[in-house]
Amino acid sequence: MNQWKNFSKGFIKENPVFVLLLGMCPTLGTTGSAINGLGMGLATTFVLLMSNIVVSLVKNLIPDKVRIPAFIVIIATFVTIVQMAMQAYAPALYESLGLFIPLIVVNCIILGRAEAFASKNTLVSSALDGLGIGLGFAFALTILGGVRELLGSGKIFNITIYPENYGMLLFILAPGAFIALGYIIALISKLNKQKA
Amino acid sequence: MAKPKSNFKNMVIALLGVTLVASASLGLVYDATKAPIAKAEMDKQTNAIAAVLPAFDKLGETYKMLPADGKDSIEIFPALDANNTEVGKAVKTYTNKGFSGYIEIMVGFDKQGSISGFKVLKHAETPGLGSKMDEWFSNAEKESQYIIGLTPGNSALKVKKDGGNIDAITAATISSRAFLDAINRANATANSQYIDGSSSATKKEDHKEQEPQIQ
Repeated sequence: MNQWKNFSKGFIKENPVFVLLLGMCPTLGTTGSAINGLGMGLATTFVLLMSNIVVSLVKNLIPDKVRIPAFIVIIATFVTIVQMAMQAYAPALYESLGLFIPLIVVNCIILGRAEAFASKNTLVSSALDGLGIGLGFAFALTILGGVRELLGSGKIFNITIYPENYGMLLFILAPGAFIALGYIIALISKLNKQKA
Repeated sequence: MAKPKSNFKNMVIALLGVTLVASASLGLVYDATKAPIAKAEMDKQTNAIAAVLPAFDKLGETYKMLPADGKDSIEIFPALDANNTEVGKAVKTYTNKGFSGYIEIMVGFDKQGSISGFKVLKHAETPGLGSKMDEWFSNAEKESQYIIGLTPGNSALKVKKDGGNIDAITAATISSRAFLDAINRANATANSQYIDGSSSATKKEDHKEQEPQIQ
């Protein structure tokens, strides 16, 4: 039960984007379309899962005073691995995400989970936590990207729902990210309140 | 196991260990992905060349030329037929005038210097606006925005706002200007032999009488 909570809390209750409001920079920057949001979310999920696993494994070997630099090195290593793998096997996605891939290193969700959770919990809990929070992040980015793509260009995952000419361009552009995110956060807060 | 104390020796050992493992694993991944990355980039380039040119048998030797108005050189891929005669060339050109800066375009020219096709390779234009360059300028149904078959020759291609006769992308005039800038750069550099002297190049009927006006 407890382990299931470690995993499932990332989706709604502690969703990193909609509830904790972490990682706003990639959230606003990469959600121009659903597929970009999903790609970014999955890349982050992989990094989060792997860094949580490694951090919880080495937590007893690293002296306290140098734990943050050590965590950053671990995270940066996995980000670089993701970057190279993506460049090799998904070049189109790599190009559309561009600068945001190396920036996963400084995504506060990842260091936040390493510091606040993985450095204090067991391997299994940390892996589940990383996977849950990561998938929650991917879920949030896909929803936001989907909403923006649908309102802006009438498509979801490049499948046309209604003709592009009727789309509200604003939603593809930066201000649309803020507006759409605001409404989704409001909706999620309402859902969370009803449950509580 | 107890946590090591934060004394100098332990900190150095811990950081050294972490960075050593990190660099070793990165080295391994780099080696494993080097070939696929190079292949993905090669494939992209080869596909783009094939897409912008009329039928050809093989590619000649690639060469680079420095455009008159730019610092970076552009790459030219001559296309040859079976008898080693040049049937056209693909030009990898660029512009820095995009709405978000750099745009890279592969554009093909046939023997007469007419545009035979193009493909945007790299851009950071606004999705849904400037990103429509590929579809917009190759839309055969709209003559005033279809640039394939045009022979730029001496006169640079321009959007209507600048006195030319090409429709800019709706709400993305800057991207359209940048796009044509890159095409013009390719044309002016790679087709210079058609520009000086009398060229046999023929313009498309509709664009014959419209001389560009400077506003």
